[in-house]
Amino acid sequence: MSESTTPEQIQLTADGQLRHFLTTEGLPKALLTEILDTADSFADMSEQQVKKVPLLRGKTVVNLFFEASTRTLSTFELAAKRLSADVLNLNISTSSTKKGETLKDTLMTMHAMHSDMFVVRHSDSGAAHFIASQVTPDVAVINAGDGRHAHPTQAMLDMLTIRRHKGDFAPLRVAIVGDILHSRVARSQIHALRTLGAGEIRVIAPLTLLPRHIESMGVKVYTDMSSGLRDVDVIMMLRLQKERMESALLPSESEFYKLYGLTNDKLAYAHPEAIVMHPGPINRGVEIESAVADGPRSVILNQVTNGIAVRMAVMSMAVSGQQAQRTQNQENDR
Amino acid sequence: MNILISGGRVIDPAQGIDRVTDLYVSNGQISAIDNAPEGFQPDEVIDARGQVVCPGLIDLCAHVREPGYTQKGTIARETAAAASGGITTLVTPPSTRPIVDTPAVAELIQDRAAEHGLARVLPMGALTQGLGGEQLAPMHALAGSGCIAFTNTRKPVTSTLVLLRALEYAATHDLLVIFQAQDGWLSAHGCMHDGATCTRLGLNGIPEAAETIEVARCLMLVEQTGVRAHFGQLSCEHSVRLIDAARSRGLRVSADVSIQNLLLTDEAVDGFNADYHLMPPLRSPLDRAGLRQGLVTDTLQAICSDHQPHEAIAKQAPFAATEPGISNLETLLPLCLQLVDQQLLGMSQLIEKLTLGPARILDLDEGTLEIGTRADVCIFDPEQRWTLRAEQMRSGGHNTPFLNRELKGQVTTTLLGGQVVFRR
Repeated sequence: MSESTTPEQIQLTADGQLRHFLTTEGLPKALLTEILDTADSFADMSEQQVKKVPLLRGKTVVNLFFEASTRTLSTFELAAKRLSADVLNLNISTSSTKKGETLKDTLMTMHAMHSDMFVVRHSDSGAAHFIASQVTPDVAVINAGDGRHAHPTQAMLDMLTIRRHKGDFAPLRVAIVGDILHSRVARSQIHALRTLGAGEIRVIAPLTLLPRHIESMGVKVYTDMSSGLRDVDVIMMLRLQKERMESALLPSESEFYKLYGLTNDKLAYAHPEAIVMHPGPINRGVEIESAVADGPRSVILNQVTNGIAVRMAVMSMAVSGQQAQRTQNQENDR
Repeated sequence: MNILISGGRVIDPAQGIDRVTDLYVSNGQISAIDNAPEGFQPDEVIDARGQVVCPGLIDLCAHVREPGYTQKGTIARETAAAASGGITTLVTPPSTRPIVDTPAVAELIQDRAAEHGLARVLPMGALTQGLGGEQLAPMHALAGSGCIAFTNTRKPVTSTLVLLRALEYAATHDLLVIFQAQDGWLSAHGCMHDGATCTRLGLNGIPEAAETIEVARCLMLVEQTGVRAHFGQLSCEHSVRLIDAARSRGLRVSADVSIQNLLLTDEAVDGFNADYHLMPPLRSPLDRAGLRQGLVTDTLQAICSDHQPHEAIAKQAPFAATEPGISNLETLLPLCLQLVDQQLLGMSQLIEKLTLGPARILDLDEGTLEIGTRADVCIFDPEQRWTLRAEQMRSGGHNTPFLNRELKGQVTTTLLGGQVVFRR
């Protein structure tokens, strides 16, 4: 890697089109809105008989998953197929890296296959940035989750879900609840919400599950649900990994559930029309009560549906951004 | 062999000298200043007009990687890099492979350095066997084989009892112990300062307490044992305050800082640039200000390179998976000169932090141009602008964020024991 690249520099073409989607941080509001608008049009399409468009015909999308995933991988696969791309799924967590192959070697091998897009999930923060810095200029990189850093497509499907239910972001109070410390989803949500102009962003968690300087990201910090959820319009729950008990971050699942689990009782603190979201997979009885997850305020299944539309939007925009960049480069070469 | 270094700005903080004059070298020693000794016939005249002539620099922490990690650096390459940077004495940590916990390894390092003859390399010995933090290393034997000081590097001595005994044993033989203070638990898996940038990037942070807790623990035991102690490469403002308080109480402790922690902050890591993955990590602007202040008040008596060369692939991975450190021997002096340009230190004060300061810490009769001392001399042009290029670097590691950057101040000649070991 050469000079330190800011998120917008590496993600955008010279004329401001999306070419990689690595993080929601630093992208202009107009571009995030364009992603949502494009996704909206794809969402309408998926309700029709023929669900396919030829936008990525002849393109090869490689899903490079260094970390296990079922739902993110399958929605990316479905999104690519609906755009008529050829899709290759590579689950690398179990193969090459265990044989000592470096990420750089794996990338060079993938490169030789002449694919047009890498969708990458990796357990190291910054892995997607690293990959984007290593690939040739005509390969688009979409971050499907890197460490604790970013999960931008998840955040954008959350934004689409909020916009479809609530309309304008400006008057909204949004609370993100749970394991903020380990959450790439929370970080991407916060950047996206700020850029889209959400009125107030809160995080609610015990201090052990909050990064030390989280308030520097422009959020209000709460450590209890009764004040944190007061009058909020959107509640975004996070998944609690079972390993957290072992690393002395929490005494027990039951104590966490008692204090931070979203139950109908606690939901009553929020605005009467508040919606409840969760990136899945949910731990019933750990961070959310079944009655809430399956209740009338839950939009969890809408999130899944919107996930396909958002991924189609991002993939098609990145491919056209790459094409625009290539045309520009050719013109410059002349 | 007689050498006349003529017309340079001779700076020797030990003698309070800072004037344009001539310096005379005879038979490997400084033989006179201002006026030639009787019967002096120069075999060589070095024209130093417009340049600074000072004692050869002494670097308190530079990894030479040999034995064991020669893909990163070798004694031949790193001492060549040192010579080109005006550094005549390097203190190297014991974390080679094998570790410097037997006299044979200590001797091997010095023999190799002597063979190449470009810079003196003084090994630090391990404080505990294998740096494991459990059994004492044979410190007396290691000192007999040239180990200048003892350290457990950043590897933890988890048992406070073992640490106490190690310090008592070192005190028994009046050996210097160097701490690179870092609490093992608080720094585990960490790869950068635990600040706002770390929060945004989602990396594992290393809080200031990882350093300050260990500094405090070590200071308590230093006080109890009376051992000669030095703290290397401090990174936190609060650590400086702890050292300052200990010195005020009359403790014999000293401390240094790396030039990178005096110039950069954790914000540089933004964008996951692995060139800024350092250990100790770059810290907040507040910490940087505290370290700079510590330099001015002389709580920190030396500046080091903390040279950590790496092969290219070591930096080509996601940030946390890369290896920490920068290759810094060739940039130490020009980077330090920025402190003069920024009016933090005067030129003579800066030279002191790079020569007399480290010599006193190590209890060496070096770092001065006094008549009769070994002629280790650095001559540099403080105004010369140049650009650092990978293909011109002598070190095995090209891992530095200053690559392709313009720097000011360039070494023109280095003398080691009266021999010209580098000439541009």
